[in-house]
Amino acid sequence: MRSIRAAAVGAVTLSLALAATACGGGSSTGSGSNDSPKTLTYWASNQGASVAVDKKVLQPELDKFEKKTGIKVKLEVVPWSDLLNRILTATTSGQGPDVLNIGNTWSASLQATGALLPWDAKNFARIGGKDRFADTALGSTGAEGKDPAAVPLYSMAYALYYNKQIFADAGISKPPATWDELIADGKKIQAKGKTALGAEGSNLSENIHHVFVFAKQHGADFFTADGKPDFTSPKVVEAVKSYVDLMAKDKVIPTGDAEYAQNQSVSDFAKGKQAMLLWQTAAANLKSQGMSEDAYGIAPVPVISGTPGSGTQVNSAVMGINMAVFKNTDNIDGATQFVKFMTSDEEQKILNTAFSTVPPVKSAQRDAAFSAPATAVLKDTLATSAVALPQVASESQFETAVGTAVKDLFADAAAGREVTADSVKAKLQKAQQQMPAA
Amino acid sequence: MSSTHSPTSGTRSRMPGTRSRMPGTRSPMAPPRSFLWSRRIFLTLLTGFVLIPVYVMVSSSLKPLADVTGKFRWLPSGLTVRPYIDIWSTVPLAKYFMNSLIVAGAATIASVVIAVFAAYAVSRYEFRGKRVFTVTVLSTQMFPGILFLLPLFLIYVNIGNATGIALFGSRGGLILTYLTFSLPFSIWMLIGYFDSVPRDLDEAALVDGCGPLGALLRIVVPAAVPGIVAVAVYAFMTAWGEVLFASVMTNDTTRTLAVGLQGYSTLNDVYWNQIMAASLVVSVPVVAGFLLLQRYLVAGLTAGAVK
Amino acid sequence: MTTTAFKEPVRQAAPGTAREPRRRTGRLRRVSLPYLLLVPALLLELLVHLVPMAIGVVMSFKELTQFYIRDWGAAPWSGLGNYKVSVDFDAPVGEALLHSFFVTVGFTLLSVGLCWLIGTAAAVFMQDTFRGRGLLRALFLVPYALPVYTAVITWVFMFQHDNGLVNHVLHDQLHLTDKPSFWLIGDNSFYALLTVSVWKGWPFAFLIVMAGLQNIPRELYEAAALDGAGTWQQIRRITLPSLRPVNQVLVLVLFLWTFNDFNTPYVLFGKSAPEAADLVSVHIYQASFVTWNFGTGSAMSVLLLLFLLVVTGAYLLFTSRGRRAADV
Repeated sequence: MRSIRAAAVGAVTLSLALAATACGGGSSTGSGSNDSPKTLTYWASNQGASVAVDKKVLQPELDKFEKKTGIKVKLEVVPWSDLLNRILTATTSGQGPDVLNIGNTWSASLQATGALLPWDAKNFARIGGKDRFADTALGSTGAEGKDPAAVPLYSMAYALYYNKQIFADAGISKPPATWDELIADGKKIQAKGKTALGAEGSNLSENIHHVFVFAKQHGADFFTADGKPDFTSPKVVEAVKSYVDLMAKDKVIPTGDAEYAQNQSVSDFAKGKQAMLLWQTAAANLKSQGMSEDAYGIAPVPVISGTPGSGTQVNSAVMGINMAVFKNTDNIDGATQFVKFMTSDEEQKILNTAFSTVPPVKSAQRDAAFSAPATAVLKDTLATSAVALPQVASESQFETAVGTAVKDLFADAAAGREVTADSVKAKLQKAQQQMPAA
Repeated sequence: MSSTHSPTSGTRSRMPGTRSRMPGTRSPMAPPRSFLWSRRIFLTLLTGFVLIPVYVMVSSSLKPLADVTGKFRWLPSGLTVRPYIDIWSTVPLAKYFMNSLIVAGAATIASVVIAVFAAYAVSRYEFRGKRVFTVTVLSTQMFPGILFLLPLFLIYVNIGNATGIALFGSRGGLILTYLTFSLPFSIWMLIGYFDSVPRDLDEAALVDGCGPLGALLRIVVPAAVPGIVAVAVYAFMTAWGEVLFASVMTNDTTRTLAVGLQGYSTLNDVYWNQIMAASLVVSVPVVAGFLLLQRYLVAGLTAGAVK
Repeated sequence: MTTTAFKEPVRQAAPGTAREPRRRTGRLRRVSLPYLLLVPALLLELLVHLVPMAIGVVMSFKELTQFYIRDWGAAPWSGLGNYKVSVDFDAPVGEALLHSFFVTVGFTLLSVGLCWLIGTAAAVFMQDTFRGRGLLRALFLVPYALPVYTAVITWVFMFQHDNGLVNHVLHDQLHLTDKPSFWLIGDNSFYALLTVSVWKGWPFAFLIVMAGLQNIPRELYEAAALDGAGTWQQIRRITLPSLRPVNQVLVLVLFLWTFNDFNTPYVLFGKSAPEAADLVSVHIYQASFVTWNFGTGSAMSVLLLLFLLVVTGAYLLFTSRGRRAADV
């Protein structure tokens, strides 16, 4: 009797499961509808000092949009720690926002899910055309040869931030232009009792951005031309090792930074404990922490030799935020209108000023507001010496796998273990084998 | 689980909760010195282990920011209540607090009511499938949360699409989820507890003309208050502290404390003093409630879970 | 789980004897009433646990990568592919899972053992009344009562390399280490995790054992005292053996909770746990959410579930048999 009951329960369970399977997954209807033309849900990424700050910046703009179009935008600023998970859940369940911000490095990965509206010529025409946007920014909106999965909203680049006072005290007259100079300067700074360079050793994305640039400078790539992971070539190993060596061998990055993952290195810099910081558009951060703009200088990220440029002279990844539309939105017209609004010259100026980013819209970029020396460095970098991260579907897995490998290597270095070409290669090998086969 | 193997254990002579404290104590003989010293040393060390983090939490919450972002110091350089003021504006703590209160409160009430019914059925009736039921319910304790996290979303979304009841991203969905988290342990504990309430009592009530539900509500439930309180405390704590499901199933308006508190560390600077202050603020209600009710808890566990 | 095993047959005839006409409906109600009472619990368990788990099992046979998550009903079946990947211990994915599994087993055994030991010792030491016992008991329950997030984040604060209390005490004040250690990354992270887990978990053992002690009849102690047994002997001969049934439950519950614990490692280390503290729950989370491969993640979860079922079954069989033998 008992077993019959058990079987019955099992059967009910299974049938329910199958029922759910049958209707599982997100709505797979083609390209959205206009069922609710008066509202939009918008997930913004956290650009400013806090979620609250972002709301204060964005809400007045959304009000303007409502006044103009009658469409009410429900804003949610999603912290970075949750954003990707929330997008994944939304993708799986079909229950998500209409419009959302994504890290531009995720573009190809999210594009592969097929959940985002492709920006073909027709859609671009509705927001004023593709050629309004800078090419570098467009280079990080999805896989090559496919319609972009998102539209550039804010652009960012890495730069070297340095504390003028500490440099003066150590007798350094100009910021380092090469890594050798940086290491030499670091020794002088350490002699004065300050730490030289900050890093976020436990932050996977930061690790990726840096080793990606190091790889470029060593003439190497993490992916082959046809998109296959290739993490263990001697040049990649050398590149990753030389980044970790900044802590392990050259000792310009303090070992304590190995466990940083919450922007503690920015805070160390703002407090004047540390002389240099490699960061993307740190101005707003530093200001919110009470560091005056006169206290620090901003210079291009060092290269191995020579000056920043293309090829092995690359000194930043193309960083930024893209704006995407969920394909199954029930207000497709409103969503495109909203993207058009946010990428309009006027809004671009307001928003990029507020977040101290660079507008990816060319006409807005030319505005005087973005010609201050600090922004000029970022603009130059973006224009001449920045390269997009690999636009492959497995980019987000790459960030996790290789980012973790670098984190582990930093942990080794911090614990005083030797970091050798072999140990680097072993970690990268493991990372590569965790990548999806496709 | 049963420690009593006698098949006639249905009626017990004493009511739980009213039993004297005597059975728990050892002989009246004075313990030897070795025992007293071991006790002193052990309890002192343990107190230190328990107290240090609590001290850190309390003292750091009263420190100025410079104290908590620099080298650790046992004594604050100065005391400030600033963190306690700032926490409310750095993140919308009050809103999260409300959400947690609603979610945990509703989940607790629902979980207790449902568990009482289920436990009563198992404790007082013989029916087919009883064993399947208890084993199934208990085995859900083994499920790794990750396994059903995503499927649960799909189900909630589908229910939402089919019926218009918004479960995904709403407090209702979270309440439903959390109440089932505490349900298995609650049912199991209450079965043990109800078993220890003498059957003669509810039978007398039945003879007096109460229906079975009347007997449950008027006789069994009042006699089982310690067990029910214990279960309620457990259910509330489970719901109050859960992170994984809350992190993906809530949005801006429905976010609970466990997730909302992370807002303090995604900022540029880690405001440790505010994190500690906020942690303290969200802990005080549960800890206070827990300590106030701990007597019931021990009594409830004594008669329920550990039988 | 054995609660229902030895129950006497319920007396069904109690009501109704005086009320002939209502007998039929009364019996009907009696038959269906237990089911009615169970319906809410059953429905909710089905909705939130059983059906999702069944779906999870279905998922584990699918190739559920980023290309298919949007409409996973249409994802291709992969047969045992996900399982093969998970248990291929020569390849990195399987190897990492196996490593994570061993870490989890070691961690769980140590944590449960320590929780049990500290909890039992504290409960036994606090069996007799002494001054301040009530206060101490309340204090000891605080770690358990604290919400997980707040407890763990406090430990994160204390475990920081540069500014944490732990290094301040061990290095700056006691000079036990040559240089400050790392607790949140690298090999020490295992001990950090263990410390937090024990700190948070032992009061539960304390609570349960304390309750268990209440059930030991005083006569047993008195008899032992008459036989000339001192306090230590009473503890060894009466207290500990009497706690066996309590311990059986306690250890099992602690084991399951610790093994499946996600909140502690997640708050302590974030999304990528250090290898030394790579608990299987976080490992699976990473395998599914961070690398977007929900099929493999589900397969790993199913394997974990099977393991726990086998261990629990074996444990119950073993302990109940042992107990039965002891009772004879």
